Amino acid sequence: MPGKIILEMRHICKKFPGVVALDDVDFQLYEGEVHVLLGENGAGKSTLIKIISGAYSKSSGAMILEGIPADIQSPGHALELGIGTIYQELNLVSQLTVAENIFLGREPVNKLGIIDSRQVIRNARNVLAALKVEIDPQARVVDLGIAQQQIVEILKAISMQMKILILDEPTSALTRQEIEKLFDTIRQLKEKGVGIIYISHRIEEIFEIGDRVTVLRDGRVVRTSSIDAVDSSDLIRLMVARELKEHFPKRKAMIGAEALRVEHLTRTDVLDDINFALQKGEILGITGLMGSGRTELARAIFGVDGIDSGNIYVNGKKWVIDSPRKAIEAGLGYMTEDRKLQGLILKLSVSKNISLPSLDRVSNLGIIMTDSEQQLAKRYIQELQIKTTGPDQLVQSLSGGNQQKVVIAKWLACQSDIFIFDEPTRGIDVAAKVEIYQLMNQLVARGASIIMISSELPEVIGMSDRILVMCHGRINGEFDPSNILQEELLKCGLGI
Amino acid sequence: MLLKDKMALNYKRQLGTLLGLIALIGIFWISTPYFLTVSNLLNITRQTSINAIIAIGMTFVIISGGIDLSVGSILAFAGVVTAGSLSAGVPIFFAIIIGMLLGFFCGAVNGLLIAWGHLPPFISTLGMMSIARGGALLFTGGRPISGFSQSFRVFAEGRFLSVPMPVFIMILLYILGHFILTRTKLGRYTYAMGGNEEAAVLSGIHVKLYKLFIYGISGMLSGLAAIILTARLNSAQPIAGIMYELDAIAATVIGGTSLMGGEGTLLGTLIGALIMGVLRNGLNIMGVSSFIQQTIIGAVIITAVLIDMMLKKRK
Repeated sequence: MPGKIILEMRHICKKFPGVVALDDVDFQLYEGEVHVLLGENGAGKSTLIKIISGAYSKSSGAMILEGIPADIQSPGHALELGIGTIYQELNLVSQLTVAENIFLGREPVNKLGIIDSRQVIRNARNVLAALKVEIDPQARVVDLGIAQQQIVEILKAISMQMKILILDEPTSALTRQEIEKLFDTIRQLKEKGVGIIYISHRIEEIFEIGDRVTVLRDGRVVRTSSIDAVDSSDLIRLMVARELKEHFPKRKAMIGAEALRVEHLTRTDVLDDINFALQKGEILGITGLMGSGRTELARAIFGVDGIDSGNIYVNGKKWVIDSPRKAIEAGLGYMTEDRKLQGLILKLSVSKNISLPSLDRVSNLGIIMTDSEQQLAKRYIQELQIKTTGPDQLVQSLSGGNQQKVVIAKWLACQSDIFIFDEPTRGIDVAAKVEIYQLMNQLVARGASIIMISSELPEVIGMSDRILVMCHGRINGEFDPSNILQEELLKCGLGI
Repeated sequence: MLLKDKMALNYKRQLGTLLGLIALIGIFWISTPYFLTVSNLLNITRQTSINAIIAIGMTFVIISGGIDLSVGSILAFAGVVTAGSLSAGVPIFFAIIIGMLLGFFCGAVNGLLIAWGHLPPFISTLGMMSIARGGALLFTGGRPISGFSQSFRVFAEGRFLSVPMPVFIMILLYILGHFILTRTKLGRYTYAMGGNEEAAVLSGIHVKLYKLFIYGISGMLSGLAAIILTARLNSAQPIAGIMYELDAIAATVIGGTSLMGGEGTLLGTLIGALIMGVLRNGLNIMGVSSFIQQTIIGAVIITAVLIDMMLKKRK
């Protein structure tokens, strides 16, 4: 191995209430290497990089940076120590220009302390040229596409002369050409001795750019090895370990009559002539890249955002759904992508969250009947096995999986039978995921139908009866999950 | 959780503020024996009642995630219009209804602008603060309207079961408000939209309509407070109620309601209003100059909220 160790993690543990996210993890990063971190969602990759980048503090273990024990206090502290991180969610100031973003907080100033804007632009041009990127340094970030924004973020980290660079799925929204450019840059950084921690789900990429690989599973290191010593089937086996069947306990339900039909649904620049039908007892998987219109489709069907044209039929009857109230009336329930921001009122109790859309059922002349409300909550706490001290526990103190169950309980309580689940298992641990899948099975077994929006392809393939792939606001393909490979779905999603 | 435990938990959060109130009373009692006489205590509650009534609406507004800067001006506007109606010979009952409806109307316009016009509550109610004040001045030509019948002045001077009328009204409204906030859909939705507006909308709550209503109630309570004030002073001033919005906000936040929305109680607000009232009255009795009073009240507001936040964090 070239060079010396710049970062060493020893016996790292991280515990969250109810979950051990990392369990005795050892990890080394050499100078000038690309070290790939591999694992399913929930395996502990993000937790590990959040500890390295100072966003989380470790529960126990030691971190040694260039031979010196380091106790990273905050993301700012990590930056000072030369550890840069590029997360999937971009952290750019959208109203500032590309150049201003790259040098945010490090603006060159003249003698009077005034920002030298010309110098900012000149410096930005240099950084852009080094990567052969054709982006106008004076363009505002808000006017760029996702891929370009990602590149700006990478340029920002590169310009900070980091010793360690963490890239969290940097290619997920990039085209092949852009990926090439990114890889060129990564190779240049390697030459300079920068250690790179690289997270990606795309196995083929790993062999192209990686030097070593560490596979995590359920918070433990399963294996660390040179990339030459493994092949892709080894890696997949190490990552999954369980049979896919065990992971996705899919049970086919009786497919019944049509529950929902969407015709020519269009919202200018967002959704383009969407047509599909959903049967009773069916789980319809919808996937596609970030920004392909998946979530926008859910919001349009649920009446959150207006539509320009198109029709929605529920149980064969035409509905004009212009508000979530109307959607709920039609029997729809929507579990949003981000449960904390959109799904739950964290400061309210479990029972108050569950009863929120169905208060009419437990109130009389606008007065809430506390006993009925408590009974309603208790019923669903038991039915969905929500782990809580009782109906009065605040939702914010529940674990992710249990919060997700509260959202499901909310819709069950108002007798929804068409569910839109947007990323239903994001950010919850493996065991809780399986419980959510089993719940989905129960729902469809009762004759409900589910639209499951997800970017996790194994989940989409493992749980759906039928798969739609979206790309640029259109449905780009329909697939049968029983004979489809992840790669084909990805290609369809990329529009290739 | 048992109901008893639940109540204990709810009260625990008010305990700090309540202890603060008791400590203040203790300090003033030691300083001036007159402070703790029945007549002075009645005086304090009577003086507090107007701010306390306005603060009920403010608590609803702040829990819902907003703010209402227009309450003081609405009070003045509703006061002079009620007074004008009385002077014009309108029967007392109808004059009061007119004043309260005007308050509701002004508040509802706030709600309309905030919910449908997507204006920040600060801006909308700041505008209304000026509009309603202008309305009051225009209506009276800048002069106060004075001299009302004894049967109107009962709202300030009268007693019910030997409790002064304003205090009686205040207690009644707090009981009603507490019930609405804790036991009705309106109350629940107030917490929900303040805690997470997006989640409330996605749960099918007609957030816009409820906002209109909440700001309307805030305005209506200002109209009611105007009637008590007018009856007490036997005069309606177009420049009445200046800075009342800040007193009401102070009472609400001292009482533990978060300006971020989503949490708070009316019991806390009542204690907060009483703390403000006791402080003013006690400092007056001790002959502290009004300049120093201002400073002390400001320091008390900051300290109370600071302690509340530290307690919450530790939890």
